[in-house]
Amino acid sequence: MASAEIAVDIDNVVKRYGSFTALHGVSLGIRENEFFTLLGPSGCGKTTLLRSIAGFEEVTGGTIRLKGEDITNLPPHKRPVNTVFQQYALFPHMTVTENVMFGLLRKGWSKPESIQRVNQVLEMVQLGDYAQRKPSQLSGGQQQRVALARALAPRPAVLLLDEPLSALDLKLRQAVRVELKALQRETGIAFVFVTHDQEEALTMSDRIAVMSDGEVQQIGSPPEIYETPVNRFVADFIGETNLLDVDVHAVSDGMARLSLPGGNGFTCPAAAMRGPGKGHLSVRPERIALCAQGAGELDATVTGRVYLGTDIQLHLRLADDEAMTVRLQNSETTVVPAEGATVGLKLEAGAARLLAD
Amino acid sequence: MAAGAPMGGGAVSNVYKGNTAKLMAPAWAMIGIFLLAPVAMMVMYSFLTKEFRGGVIWDFTIAAYDQFFFDRGLFGDEPPTIEWTYIGIFWRSIWQAGVATIACLLIGFPTAWFIATRRPSTRSAWLFLVTIPYWVNLLIRTVSMKFLIRDTGPLNELLLWTGAVTEPLGLINTNFAVQLGLFYSYLPFMVLPIYAAVERYDFSLSEAAADLYSNIWTTLWLVILPVVKPGIVAGCILVFVPSLGAFLAPDLLGGAKTFMIGSLIEEQFKGSAGNWPFGAAASTILLSIVMAVLLFYARSQNKGSER
Repeated sequence: MASAEIAVDIDNVVKRYGSFTALHGVSLGIRENEFFTLLGPSGCGKTTLLRSIAGFEEVTGGTIRLKGEDITNLPPHKRPVNTVFQQYALFPHMTVTENVMFGLLRKGWSKPESIQRVNQVLEMVQLGDYAQRKPSQLSGGQQQRVALARALAPRPAVLLLDEPLSALDLKLRQAVRVELKALQRETGIAFVFVTHDQEEALTMSDRIAVMSDGEVQQIGSPPEIYETPVNRFVADFIGETNLLDVDVHAVSDGMARLSLPGGNGFTCPAAAMRGPGKGHLSVRPERIALCAQGAGELDATVTGRVYLGTDIQLHLRLADDEAMTVRLQNSETTVVPAEGATVGLKLEAGAARLLAD
Repeated sequence: MAAGAPMGGGAVSNVYKGNTAKLMAPAWAMIGIFLLAPVAMMVMYSFLTKEFRGGVIWDFTIAAYDQFFFDRGLFGDEPPTIEWTYIGIFWRSIWQAGVATIACLLIGFPTAWFIATRRPSTRSAWLFLVTIPYWVNLLIRTVSMKFLIRDTGPLNELLLWTGAVTEPLGLINTNFAVQLGLFYSYLPFMVLPIYAAVERYDFSLSEAAADLYSNIWTTLWLVILPVVKPGIVAGCILVFVPSLGAFLAPDLLGGAKTFMIGSLIEEQFKGSAGNWPFGAAASTILLSIVMAVLLFYARSQNKGSER
């Protein structure tokens, strides 16, 4: 990748708090005009990384470059990035207009220019009618839009969003996802979005960095992350998956030969090159088809059925007592086996993946 | 707060419907007996005629106010001119209290900020330290201040010994001494309300300001101070009002040139030389000034929040 198209270059960034290490040498590049998501469970370091880009955290080591310029040691007010805070952090004593104008005036814009820009961004987030309200007179969703407008107004090089949807209720959250994505396309600037919600990450992002324990586990597009996870953590964290203990015989050219529980041989893509031994096979529940007993790679007994509306979830048990889940699409032609029945499971070779730990 | 209030209010009015007046009665009785009645008595006494051995004669007159504002000569038979003596004392009192308030604010705000930004477990220890001097009686503290700053006191001796000055500073009986006394007397009244406000301050607002290109000083001026303003105003009122009527600090640390309202009023009720109606009138005027300032402030606050 040419450095010109990299908006934020994070190079081996380390952050320690006393004896606790929040970031273990994180490196990643966020491209121009990209919706980039930092995804991971709480405590994985994603917020620390975002706050390091904003300048609220001083990093212990490493370099952060913004459009090629080293900003590692710049204070927050000298970095041309803006943040949408988790609880919005709107100035309670200022009107919506004054909140949005704050950054423009501090940046040295003239008053008429600022007013024009404020009207423009408030129009963009559909809050034109609320310009003279105080934040306390707005709903949560409206406050969130003010925070967005305030951060977008000074035309930042990169917009940072720290779990901005977590304070909204579910319905609103889903609507805002679509708007946020559209806004990113419209403004054409890179959005760096922090979330612990994998569904949010999958639906909005161009690329996702999955983080755990202060390290980046995998970076890729949503389909890459979901369909070709590099390790157990990513497979388990993104969506549902079945992790089967398997014996690996050989790995070559990215394909693994292994034997499944029950003894059947199987060949599938491997996430890591490794020698023979024990391994974990990840199979998504919706990528398994049912067939007659003995006709598939595995045989299993149905232990439970859960009706999910669009899908039907089957809980199964393998001969060696391992539990598995299968999702069947709910349609007129779907045949749902009875509890206690033994069925064959057909694994799609392309949808299963041998994982490193 | 806005979301919780209607629900709470509804529940109360359902249970206690019709009993509101009865429930309010003790509070009104307290306010009436201990607040309104004494003020009414004070105002009434200011319109009575003075008796020479102290006390009053029950004849209505505005002589006390006339004496406060107008000079009619030694025998009261000259054309009235404005009497500047008492207005001057009032003006000096407002000045002294104002200086003490500003000094308390300049020292109290950083102190409160410091305490409020410590770890929660150590904050109460710091607050405790701030209040320790208040375990000692105000009179004793003020007298101690006099011993500390007098020409032969430790402060001047230290300065002489280090060679910082060649002769004692002569602090006693000056405006500065009175201001120092007032400052020391009322500093915690500034620290505590500001502490309460800063403790509630959401520090992500400072981060948001920094994120929006504001340096530390503009953040202080445009975000922090406006948001913690209620605490600052409360502190200023709690220092300014008692400073205005204080008489211990001016009596003990000041001299004839630093005479303040508190001393003027105190004298009117002391011994047989007093003049009760005049003291009551001076008190009424003082109260009116304070009330006017507070009402003006409350009015301007309401206008701000209506928008």
